[in-house]
Amino acid sequence: MRKIVAIIFLTIVGLYMLSLFAQIPFGKPYKGVSEHYVEKGIEENRGSNLVTSIVVNYRGFDTLGEVTVLFLAATGLSFLLFSCKCLREFKRIRSSLVLRTATDTLFPLILVFGAYIFIHGHLTPGGGFQGGSVIASGVMLLFLAYRKFHVNHKALSTLESLAGISFAGIGLLGLLYAKSFLANSVLPLGQWNKLFSAGVIPLIYIAVGFKVGAELSGLIADMISTTKED
Amino acid sequence: MVFFAASLLLIFIGLYAALVKRNLIKIIIGLSIMDTGVNMLIISLGFVKGRTAPIISLKELFKKGTWLVDVSKVVDPLPQALVLTAIVIGVAVTAMALSVVIRMYSVKKSIEIDDFKELKW
Repeated sequence: MRKIVAIIFLTIVGLYMLSLFAQIPFGKPYKGVSEHYVEKGIEENRGSNLVTSIVVNYRGFDTLGEVTVLFLAATGLSFLLFSCKCLREFKRIRSSLVLRTATDTLFPLILVFGAYIFIHGHLTPGGGFQGGSVIASGVMLLFLAYRKFHVNHKALSTLESLAGISFAGIGLLGLLYAKSFLANSVLPLGQWNKLFSAGVIPLIYIAVGFKVGAELSGLIADMISTTKED
Repeated sequence: MVFFAASLLLIFIGLYAALVKRNLIKIIIGLSIMDTGVNMLIISLGFVKGRTAPIISLKELFKKGTWLVDVSKVVDPLPQALVLTAIVIGVAVTAMALSVVIRMYSVKKSIEIDDFKELKW
């Protein structure tokens, strides 16, 4: 009964959405603001990755809000799970030797790979959010391998706050040296397709990478700490 | 058009799971699938056939003798930037939902939605 009602409901909504989306021009050449971003992106920012130029420079204020949303989610999660042994009947089991050995080998490599992704955010696909997620996956591997592993919450939140402050501080420097918040004229733009280029974009993305890595690691730690230790 | 159909299909698979399933974890998985479908729909809006990714690492993508990029060779980067935002928000929402599920489990020792009848009337 429930399934039939759901299918009927979905059919009605689906037909409506189909007729609506059929009017959207898919795969047509674009105009307007995207055209400006593509055409002038290299001239104005010197970052090879146009998506990064948009996320960090043209829509940097939006990204600041996004980082705030992530921070709010992490805060809300630790508020909900604060000193709650909700899953205390589940024990963390001892992991196998294979997993522990692989973790010891892979963890430094994962950290280096994550750092590579967010340092090269303005040149190759990737950036602060992706690199931070890779680092958090390394921390998760540590949690899986060692049942007594703990993270230092104070150090994580200090790192997170410093990264957030440096993001906002770079934005304020833009207000000081140029005429707008997060303006990309504090540092010299440099040469196209080189590591030291694109002004403040790499600096902001490194800050975002640290922030996201610390935040997601703290999130995983909060969730795992609801189980029974040992 | 294929991307359009596939993303609509993903949205409806997710919505179906969120409506029909009784396990809270499966409902959250449905929401995540729906999220992926919406992201794919937004990205496919900017896709133009035969063009390359918006990462300008080759000299051939510039107009001759300038630093201006040839617009007719690159797909639209704006939807991709917006989806980058949406993915991060999706992760945050999923984490919040899972923490609520952990809290609910500690009350009733169950994650079946049928066991939570206090708000039913």
